[in-house]
Amino acid sequence: LHSTGELGALLEALQGRARVVAIDAAAGQGAAGRVHRFDASRRALPAVLAAGSTHGLGLAAALELLRVQGRLPAQVVVYAIEGAAYDVGGELAPAVERAVREVEKLVRRELGASGGSSRRARRMSSTG
Amino acid sequence: MSARRSRTISVAALARVEGEGGLLVKTKGGKVTQVQLRIYEPPRFFEAFLRGRRFDEAPDLTARICGICPVAYQMSSVHAMEQALGLKVEGPLRDLRRLLYCGEWIESHVLHVAMLHAPDFLGYESAIHMSRDHPDLVALALKLKKAGNEVVALLGGREIHPINVRVGGFYRVPTRAELSPLGERLLWARDAALELLRAVARFEFPDFDQDYEFVALRHPEEYPLNEGRLVSSKGLDIPIDDFTLHFQEEHVPHSNALHAVLKGRGAYHVGPLARYNLNQDRLPALVREAATEAGLRPVERNPFRSILVRAVETLYAIEEARRIVASYEPPDQPFLSAEPRAGVGHGCSEAPRGILYHRYRLDEQGLIVEAQIVPPTAQNQKTIENDLWRFVPTQLHLPEDELALRCEQAVRNYDPCISCATHFLRLRLEQE
Repeated sequence: LHSTGELGALLEALQGRARVVAIDAAAGQGAAGRVHRFDASRRALPAVLAAGSTHGLGLAAALELLRVQGRLPAQVVVYAIEGAAYDVGGELAPAVERAVREVEKLVRRELGASGGSSRRARRMSSTG
Repeated sequence: MSARRSRTISVAALARVEGEGGLLVKTKGGKVTQVQLRIYEPPRFFEAFLRGRRFDEAPDLTARICGICPVAYQMSSVHAMEQALGLKVEGPLRDLRRLLYCGEWIESHVLHVAMLHAPDFLGYESAIHMSRDHPDLVALALKLKKAGNEVVALLGGREIHPINVRVGGFYRVPTRAELSPLGERLLWARDAALELLRAVARFEFPDFDQDYEFVALRHPEEYPLNEGRLVSSKGLDIPIDDFTLHFQEEHVPHSNALHAVLKGRGAYHVGPLARYNLNQDRLPALVREAATEAGLRPVERNPFRSILVRAVETLYAIEEARRIVASYEPPDQPFLSAEPRAGVGHGCSEAPRGILYHRYRLDEQGLIVEAQIVPPTAQNQKTIENDLWRFVPTQLHLPEDELALRCEQAVRNYDPCISCATHFLRLRLEQE
């Protein structure tokens, strides 16, 4: 499931899920290709990773809306990959491409470790 | 809390506004001594880097000024270019542009009404905190905003920074079959907009009527979006081509966004209140009746009630979109061809926050020699500061943190988009 990060669409996608693994881009929190992992079921995403624009409320806002309403999925893991450049139409930087492959393995391992629940898990990538 | 002592209210970073700015208010002996809407978001120099670019690049380049009103930038720029190149876009292409703009008004107004401004009236830090007690209001608003997104995505190619607008029309126009499903979605949206308006009508508003000069577009037949003459509540009535003869931009040291004033007259007010006061006779009966039922007065001079007008305009945008969808017949061609030539073009359209003026001068190859962009938030800066000069003395009995919040709410009456204005917010209140 791919999302542009639009709040309403994200809420629709997240509601009613037992388990969510979200993959997003991060900026300004480390070198290109650095992978962050957050257990959002326990606490809010760090403020620095929230959307920088009130006009583009994104994943962090969607998760917090669900949390205050008591509708947050039981397990929410967020992987964030530091980008190198954000030019329209640009290719992935080698370090980011390696990080994407690494996150894929991490997600598979994470879902595999949970046994039967993996089939219910949803993989989501957000550009928000 | 004594109103006599000196106080400084400083909001370093205004929340629930777009972009980076702050507010400084100083009072002494119960009187306001200084108000600065400090816009420190760096200048973005769009007008400078447009020079040398082709005329047909302006819609997509200027759309990047704002993530919530890119259509406004596309519309003002294409109208300016078409005037310079001698094109007149009419019929279904004109209707489709209007439909696209309706989608943007729905997205932008609903976001501000429910997610950014409603928490002020209901006493919450944010929409997230508000959603604990008002989950239905938030859910309704997000679904309604999504209806606007769908309109923009269908016509613009994607919901954020649409890419389908070009000088002369569109790169691709929808078939009837592609457009018609919007009709059912918009019918649901009409009822949702009425529900949102009724919810907002129950808010409590401070008494704060002001004597503004309202400025908006006015069209002979339509509630203004893309076209019209520039009119004001104090007698201005000019073609948009004369904008620079009557308006001027001024630099002030505390803002990276130019302040616009009416020459010899000073501050003026653009946006929903101005549009409604100058054009309510252009609204369809259903929307006028809903506005009256919501308590809007024939002339609405209280900026805190702008949230009501945004809800009314949301309803209007939905009704106008439904009208266009129902009557749509695809044009023969998706665009009119434009040949480069030297010339000057002016474009002015009603962005959700108010009039957005563009002027371009082109050379014989159609390259941009000069560009001028005057966004609505830049035009409202001086009026926002004037509001605070008058509003703060009525609120000095409040504790500091509450006073700061009320000042921020007064700023949010204008749904300021600092990113647009710098092509602008953070509050500092100092009480000596």
